[in-house]
Amino acid sequence: MFARILKNPIAVIGLCIIVLYMGIIIVSQFWLPFDPLEMETINMLQPPSVKSGHLLGTDEFGRDILSRIMGGTGISFLIAVAATALGGAIGTFMGVWSGFLGGAWDRWIMRIADVLFSFPSLLLAIFVMAVLGEHTYNVIIAIAIGYIPQFARISRGAILSIKNNEFVRASFASGARKSYILTHHLLPNIMMPLIVQSSLSLSVAILLESALSFLGLGVQPPNPSWGNMLSSSRKVMILAPWTAFYPGLAIVILVLGFNLFGDGLRDIMDPRLRNIQ
Amino acid sequence: MARYIIRRLLSLIPVLLGVSIIVFFLVRLIPGSALQMYLGTQVEATPEQMEELRRIFGEDRPIPVLYVEWVGNLLRGDMGYSLRTGRQVLPDILQRLPLSIELTILALLMALIIGIPLGILGAIKKNPILDLTIRITGLLGLSLPQFWLASLMVIAFSGIQGLIPMGNYIPFTQAPLANLKMMLLPSLAIGIGLAAVIMRYMRNSMLEVMQQDFIRTAEAKGLKKNIVIVRHALKNAILPVITVAGFNVGYLLGGAIVIEEVFALPGMGRLVLYAIYQRDYPLIQGIVLIIAMMFVVVNLLTDLLYAAIDPRIRLDQKEA
Repeated sequence: MFARILKNPIAVIGLCIIVLYMGIIIVSQFWLPFDPLEMETINMLQPPSVKSGHLLGTDEFGRDILSRIMGGTGISFLIAVAATALGGAIGTFMGVWSGFLGGAWDRWIMRIADVLFSFPSLLLAIFVMAVLGEHTYNVIIAIAIGYIPQFARISRGAILSIKNNEFVRASFASGARKSYILTHHLLPNIMMPLIVQSSLSLSVAILLESALSFLGLGVQPPNPSWGNMLSSSRKVMILAPWTAFYPGLAIVILVLGFNLFGDGLRDIMDPRLRNIQ
Repeated sequence: MARYIIRRLLSLIPVLLGVSIIVFFLVRLIPGSALQMYLGTQVEATPEQMEELRRIFGEDRPIPVLYVEWVGNLLRGDMGYSLRTGRQVLPDILQRLPLSIELTILALLMALIIGIPLGILGAIKKNPILDLTIRITGLLGLSLPQFWLASLMVIAFSGIQGLIPMGNYIPFTQAPLANLKMMLLPSLAIGIGLAAVIMRYMRNSMLEVMQQDFIRTAEAKGLKKNIVIVRHALKNAILPVITVAGFNVGYLLGGAIVIEEVFALPGMGRLVLYAIYQRDYPLIQGIVLIIAMMFVVVNLLTDLLYAAIDPRIRLDQKEA
């Protein structure tokens, strides 16, 4: 599997970007060029320059933008991973259950998924934040709820497509318990579509988190997050475009990384798409 | 077809019921009652006034009863009263609605106008470098935060008059041209991500169709390449693209919420944010409900459109 990923240039570029950001998170725990929270009013809105040491310039409080972007990487990543894991776990559980048991369970669970699908994901996230209040944990929940129906549908579809295969029926016939069949035959066979979906969900989670923080509903200042940096730059962005440009660029590159990786994986998984290429 | 439409319409009922349950009960999770929020900390009320207020806010009745009352009121077009202005919620929402709908439609048009030709071009002119460029551009389009793109547009075009709406919005009904001019950038910012998706779908779908036998037959008959592409291939290839576009209207509506804020457009998006900052829950409830309902209806229309064009869909469902 890993060898096949390495042969796919799109997936490799994506993976490199993700690893790079993970490196930034680790480095930022021990070292940052400047203190991301320290305000230096004499250095307000300095343009990017090597001489001053502020490589990406400073914001309206004189804080170093590069340090704030690096400091914000961890929280954006953490929220995206936690939201995808939470929504993915609940959704997959529902979908697998639904596909495996069928009947009334299936109908009810899929109805719930349909209802959750009726909300545009950003609107649902905004609504949940409005109810729960602005807090980092709540951002995770707000994003995760939107992921439940997506994972439920994908895992249900995958289970339905392999449930009646001979190896599963043989296992039933030889007296294996349902839980054994589920964990040893069904789950391993539906992992790939779920991994692809997770990669794409991570990219959307980064965008949703930044949008929530941009609207003032996500990570709260003064703690840096890419979204709230963009939000606070709005007052000064015409004078100092770098305050808006670089945090957004940080988002774009990471999201692109997850998208490239997910897209590459999908290629590897689906030979039909390979032929079309 | 009529039976299919009826069946799909009936399937809407449980979904809308579910949506109303979520919207109603999620708001009940908020700590503190609506009445406390309405009164704040400064107001002193006599016991009689409190009794009256409790009755108005429904604190004397159990929650399931309140839900039934709420749904009953909804069916009569009454979404309740704003906690801040005391006005009916629905008229305020309806007043803001046209702008958001216009923005969403324009964004959809932008996505189609940009995405479809590029996708066709990518399918016709096949070479590895163009392939990769199209693919990466497509993914890049998906990776751009709409509000960032919008901010960059504001920075780049702030010098040009009439292009950035900033506070002096002109409705379409007053001056259509001036309105469209100021809606250009916002709709582009929302639509560009979907344009990237449509471009990829269009290209893949085109490539798939171009490999089929009837295209070869058409070519063998000696038809000109352009005619084969437009009359035979495009007609078949565009189907899945229309569906993808339809199902992404929700994404555009979500985008409109953020973009209205960046460009200071007085639509539903700004209203819902205002309602959240003000903790005006009836207003939030109303807006979320309306947007979700619009989303459900658009998805239904997409489904029906698809079934109308492609009879296999409704036949499939009949067998199932």
